[in-house]
Formats: sequence, structure tokens, C-alpha cells
Amino acid sequence: MGVLVDQFPLFLNGFLGTVRICLFAAIGSLVFGTLIAAFRVSPLPPLRWLGSAWVTGFRNCPLAVVLFGFAFGLPEVGIGAPFEVFGIIGLTAYTSAFVCEAVRAGINSVATGQAEAARAVGLTFQQTLGNVVLPQALRSVVPPLGSVIIAMIKNSAIVGAFGVGGELFSVEGTLTAQGYPALVSLTGVALGYLVLTIPAGVLLGVVERRVAVKR
Amino acid sequence: MTATLYDVPGPRAKRRTLMFSLVALVIVGIVLALVVVRLAAQGQFSADKWGPLVNPAHPLFSLVWSRLGQGLINTLIAAGLTLVLALAIGTLLAVTRITSAPWYRWLVVSVIEVLRGLPVVVSIYFAARVLPELGIDLPALWYLVIGLTAYNSVVIAEIIRAGVSAIPKGQSEAAYSVGMTRGQVLRMILLPQAFRIMLPALISQLVVIVKDTSLAFIIVGYEEFVRTANQIIQAFVNQGTPNPIQVYTVVAVVFIAINYGLGKFAEFTERRLSRAKKTAAPPAAADALDPVESTQT
Repeated sequence: MGVLVDQFPLFLNGFLGTVRICLFAAIGSLVFGTLIAAFRVSPLPPLRWLGSAWVTGFRNCPLAVVLFGFAFGLPEVGIGAPFEVFGIIGLTAYTSAFVCEAVRAGINSVATGQAEAARAVGLTFQQTLGNVVLPQALRSVVPPLGSVIIAMIKNSAIVGAFGVGGELFSVEGTLTAQGYPALVSLTGVALGYLVLTIPAGVLLGVVERRVAVKR
Repeated sequence: MTATLYDVPGPRAKRRTLMFSLVALVIVGIVLALVVVRLAAQGQFSADKWGPLVNPAHPLFSLVWSRLGQGLINTLIAAGLTLVLALAIGTLLAVTRITSAPWYRWLVVSVIEVLRGLPVVVSIYFAARVLPELGIDLPALWYLVIGLTAYNSVVIAEIIRAGVSAIPKGQSEAAYSVGMTRGQVLRMILLPQAFRIMLPALISQLVVIVKDTSLAFIIVGYEEFVRTANQIIQAFVNQGTPNPIQVYTVVAVVFIAINYGLGKFAEFTERRLSRAKKTAAPPAAADALDPVESTQT
């Protein structure tokens, strides 16, 4: 297990790489997922169709296929980028579908009377959504969104499995190439992910109790 | 539902909705058209690239699809084995966690938390790389199944535990009062109802398992659907007609069809269960888990 100490800089580098990928993908998928959720509840049928298609597609397709598709498909049509960028794009697209469903479930959890009251005092659709429904929905959306983000952190390992360097999962490959046993290097990698996911889960539990709405 | 957000539209709102819908349709159409034009300009609709996948008359069609079909069967075998094993071990884990005395409960809880916090791809890789190092040589299928089971059994354990804790206290109290032992209460009263309440969540978990079998692409030797697809793409690249877009499109459509079907089945079971309220109504804890709109990715 001395390897874990000797190779600590390598693990740290990979860990920070994972954090970087996750930050980009988290911001991207939260923004994009919320937009798709707005599409899915909008009064305009074409936008609703687009939203449903997006969610059905990305929720039911394995992330590995999404990543393969982006990484090997986009260059075919002349769109080139570093592997890491394709990884982030794929992870964002995939996660946004789950974010969308979490946000939509939150909107649906707001009591009908709230939106009805808002309309009764003459608020427009945008005002109803922005000033009345979303602020309440956000509270019931926090716990499922947290689970989505934790799942996304774990899914970022798949991006690493593609051979995107400078990311936690890929550290194993680097160490194996140097002749270290997989048991040791994989334990290090596993610890790295647990350091991210377990505290995130605990934090989520705390936040969940804080924002819980009594209805 | 979305209807809570707006009233039944009047004539003016209807006109406005129609107008904006048309605008949105045009914008979406233009974007799609741009994508199609781009694909066409790069020759992505050529018969060379699509033929082996969609044209039965193409010389390679039957070869490609017999490989893909075998890959799909292998995917389903891995998913089925994982489901059975994960259900058995998950139930065992849930029972252990519920019945464990406080002095060793922390051990059960930490095993569950650690396995739940690990990426599945790490679990699979752990099985595939570390077991051989320890002298345990298995067919590649089992590395995949072991890795998937390690993750999914703890998720299923948590689903079952949530189901058990969602059952009204009166159920177990009544059972104890007629003289049942703790084991009998769990086996005959709580677990059957927990499975029933959590059936939609369990079916949704099957979607996750089917999707995660694709992670076998990192271990050598088990040719499930995605790995087979990769090999087919490689063969076509060598042949000079690279068709990753086409093959992955087909792979994605197959996965989406299977998982969409499973998802609909989960929704159907959920509706059936909430209609036939033979036991208690699906209680608050079960709602909070929201079985169908599962956030498990």
C-alpha cells in the first residue's frame, strides 16, 4: 500500500481532473436540464415533443453508447475536439435528461392551488412559473438533484475508462503500465471516488432535512 | 401535471399558442435540417454506411446482424444473471441490516455505503483485474456479473429497506400480537408487502442494470452488445467504410426500445398497485423514493 503514498501526486492529479470534469458537467447539465424541463412544461407542443424526445433518448441509452457516439461520431462529420471535451459533452447531455426529470417532478409536486391562485391574481405564465411555482419546486427538487449529481460523479469514471487522461479512473492504467498490481492502484482509485461520493451523500442528507417542506 | 400551470386557453390564448408553436416548430425544423444537411454533406446517408445495417439485400447484412443479435443475447444474459443475484443478495443484505444488533450494524451499513459510493465501472474493473491477481480465474461474463451485482445488490437492499419501513406499524404489531416470531413477521408479513410496494422501483432498477452491462467494454473477453458493435465498427473502418454514427445509432435505438418498454412496464405496475389498494396506500416514504421517475442513473 506504500504505492498510495509514493504515487500520491498522481492520484491527486487524477482526483482534481475528475473534480474538473464533474464541475463542467454539473453546471452544464443543471442549466441545460432546467431548460429542457421548462420545454417539457411549456404550453407549446413542439417544445414539449423536443423535451420528451431528449429525455426518452438519453435516459434509456447507456452512457457508454452516448460517449462512444459523441467521441467517434462527431469527428466523422468534421467536428474535432480533445477527448475530454467529448467526455464532458456526453456526460452533460446524459445527465441533463435526469436533471430535467428531477426538476419536472418538483414542478409537479407544487400544489395545484398555488398556480391557480397565481393565475387568479393575474400573473402570466412566466410569472407563475418564475415567481410562484419554481421557488417552491426548487426545495423539493434539491434531494433528487443531489442524487443525480452524485450519480454523475460516479458516471464520470466511465469518461475515464475511455482513456481520457488526467482523470481519476485513468490513474489505474498509468500505474498498471508501471507494473503495479491492480489491487493497490484500484483501491486508490476507489478511495478517491468514495472521498467525493460519501461526503456528498451525507451533505445531501443534511440539506434534505433542512429544506424539507411540510405539506 | 402541466395543466396546473395554465388555465384552459381562450380564443386569444389559443391563437397565440398556435402562432408560437409554429415559430418553435420552424426553429426546431431549421436546426434539424442543418444537422441533416451536415450529415448528408459528409456522406453519412450513403448506402455503403447504412446498407449492412438496414438493407437485408446487402451481402454483409446477415453477418452483421447475427453478430449484433448474439451480442444482444449476451447483454440480456448478463442483465438477467445480475438481476437474480442482486435480488437474492440484496434481500439478504436488507434483512441483515434490519435485524442486525447495533454492535455490528455499522459494519453492514458501511459495506452498503462503500459499494453504493463506488462507480459501477470501478466495481466491474475491480472484479476483472483483482480476482485474477488473487488466482481466481473465471469466464469474463462472471467478472461483469460480479461487478454489477456488487453495486446493484446494495441498491436493491436499500429499495427493499425503504419498502419495509414504508409499511404501517400496525402490520408488524398485529403479527407480533398473534405470536409470530421476528423472523416470521419479516418473512411472512413485511417482505412480501415490501416487494409489492417496491415492484416499480425494482423494475426501474432493471433498466439501470441493462444499461450498465454496456460497461463490459472495458473488460476483455465478454462480447455483449456494445463491445460487439465496437468490433463491427473496427471491421468496417479497416474495410474503408467507417460507420460509427450508423452503428451507434442502431445500438442506441435498440437500447432505448428495450428500456423504454421496461420503463412503461414499471409505470403500468405502479398504476396497477396504486389502484388495487389491498394493503395500505403506498405510503409517504415510498412516494419520496418516487420509484418510476428514478434518479438512479
